[in-house]
Amino acid sequence: MTTPYALPEVTLDEIKHLVSQRALDGETVLLNMGPQHPSTHGVLRLLLELDGETIITCVPDIGFLHTGIEKNMESKTYLKAEVMTDRLDYLNTVGNNLAYCLALEKMLDLDVPPRAQAIRVILAELQRIASHLVWLGTSALDVAAMSVFLYGFREREIILDILELVSGQRMMTTYIRPGGLWRDVPVEFDDAVRNVLNTFPTRIDEYEALLTKNPLFLDRTLGIGKMTAEEAIQWGCTGATLRGSGPDWDLRKKRPYSGYEQYDFEVPTQTEGDVYARYLVRISEMRESLKIIEQALNKLPLGPVNSNNRKIVPPPRSEIGTSMEALIHHFKLWTDGFDVPKGSVYAAVESPRGELGVFLESDGGPKPYRVHWRTPSYNNLEALPDMTKGLLIADLVAIIGSVDIVLGDVDR
Amino acid sequence: MDKKLQPIVQTLEKDFGAEAREAFGEVEVVVSSDNIVAAGQKLRDDFEFALLSTITAVDYFPEVSPRFHIVYVFNSLSKNLQLTLRVPVAGENPTIPTLTGVYKNANWRERELWDMFGIKVDGHPDLRRLLMPDDWDGHPLRKDYPLGYEEPQFTFNFEEIDLSKPKGEF
Repeated sequence: MTTPYALPEVTLDEIKHLVSQRALDGETVLLNMGPQHPSTHGVLRLLLELDGETIITCVPDIGFLHTGIEKNMESKTYLKAEVMTDRLDYLNTVGNNLAYCLALEKMLDLDVPPRAQAIRVILAELQRIASHLVWLGTSALDVAAMSVFLYGFREREIILDILELVSGQRMMTTYIRPGGLWRDVPVEFDDAVRNVLNTFPTRIDEYEALLTKNPLFLDRTLGIGKMTAEEAIQWGCTGATLRGSGPDWDLRKKRPYSGYEQYDFEVPTQTEGDVYARYLVRISEMRESLKIIEQALNKLPLGPVNSNNRKIVPPPRSEIGTSMEALIHHFKLWTDGFDVPKGSVYAAVESPRGELGVFLESDGGPKPYRVHWRTPSYNNLEALPDMTKGLLIADLVAIIGSVDIVLGDVDR
Repeated sequence: MDKKLQPIVQTLEKDFGAEAREAFGEVEVVVSSDNIVAAGQKLRDDFEFALLSTITAVDYFPEVSPRFHIVYVFNSLSKNLQLTLRVPVAGENPTIPTLTGVYKNANWRERELWDMFGIKVDGHPDLRRLLMPDDWDGHPLRKDYPLGYEEPQFTFNFEEIDLSKPKGEF
């Protein structure tokens, strides 16, 4: 029986320019790694050319998790399209919402009340810690440190509980909305975040006790996957992958958004540019995030959490019953949506993985004309072939872990 | 406009006949596709724009000329500046020169342009599809490419939908 679809046949001719002459002569081996491989952190496929266990070339093949989010967002109103942003980088859902809302607020010239800004910062930093915990657990697991994975996920659950507390969802929160937040945080929020602030410093010490001076971990990470600052910038790397090589490029410091300029924190950097340096940077980042959360929580202002522009922010539930105007606004917002002035903006935030940018173009209507996501994992992954050249397969696994890719972020 | 951006934009206007416009506090410079490589080179070498953040495109279908705008976002780490360049491209056989010689990470972004918009990139070392399968027809992010829907299968139309499903040995 014939298949209705002709399965694509990749011949050696098509990939000839990607591998060396030795592979064509049959001296080296071409090996397919992934897309279903536990240490590729998702559905990443790598075509490896190997001489024994040494990597000659590494050709990443992405797109297995491509869900057409950019195309889909074009067919939804701005508010409805925001739900899709969570699904990009599923470890940094709050950050994705934030980037999208910042872009929209820039176009609409919306003011966000200080309380909403502070809560945004607290949640974004909690999310950063949660994301780093997943990175820590999985990348340590890749270099055979099992227990860190279990501890990391135990602590991540505490943070996901806070996200559930405020938004009702553990991961896909859509809590940050254009003009503010979905609603104010519940009263338990303060205690829950204080609990994190009290317990996490010692927990991070525990992870460090397991890894930082562990000779087995050092053997697998020191001097592996080296990248100079120039190379990292040339490949468009940002985030901890870049800061591990030297530059202190952090958008929270360089181009503050959501009131990050009020908080006192360091941007940790290392100069070695290897897997271990990136590990040290991310561990310090978790401590800095705790510092930011503490400051934001201590001076959390009171007041509204939404802009009072009723043309964009839905009216509170209590008003709908008494005010005809509120009812009309509510109806119009959820059916037609709001119009956004014509033009385009590029807004970027510092996600746990680097510069997460949104290019948003509007034609003056209620739906985005074009949304493009500049995702950090995409650029960090592109540098992988350069980092792995001449190393062993076991090192490749450590390097993939260290650049902290999320395939939902790469493929969009 | 940011004071530090002014001399850069003026140089681009003078050397490449570029046209600057400002909206929402951001500066966009429109450059022709003949000049984009030279402009990128100048931004990197003379003005320290070392980081190419992204390349993307916007489709203005049914406009014909220019149908596409290619958008380049450059960042300068040392000067903390951001600049957007736009390159208008005609709808018939859209082609742009490659920036891979200047910025290494233009490689995947330009492959994505080919994949999603069908914009050919002259001189690109490896112009294959990036995200869509190799045998895919069409370029999904074009405005004349339908979003596509799948009709849900219920009892009343079970047979009809079943017939359209792929069968065979996989």
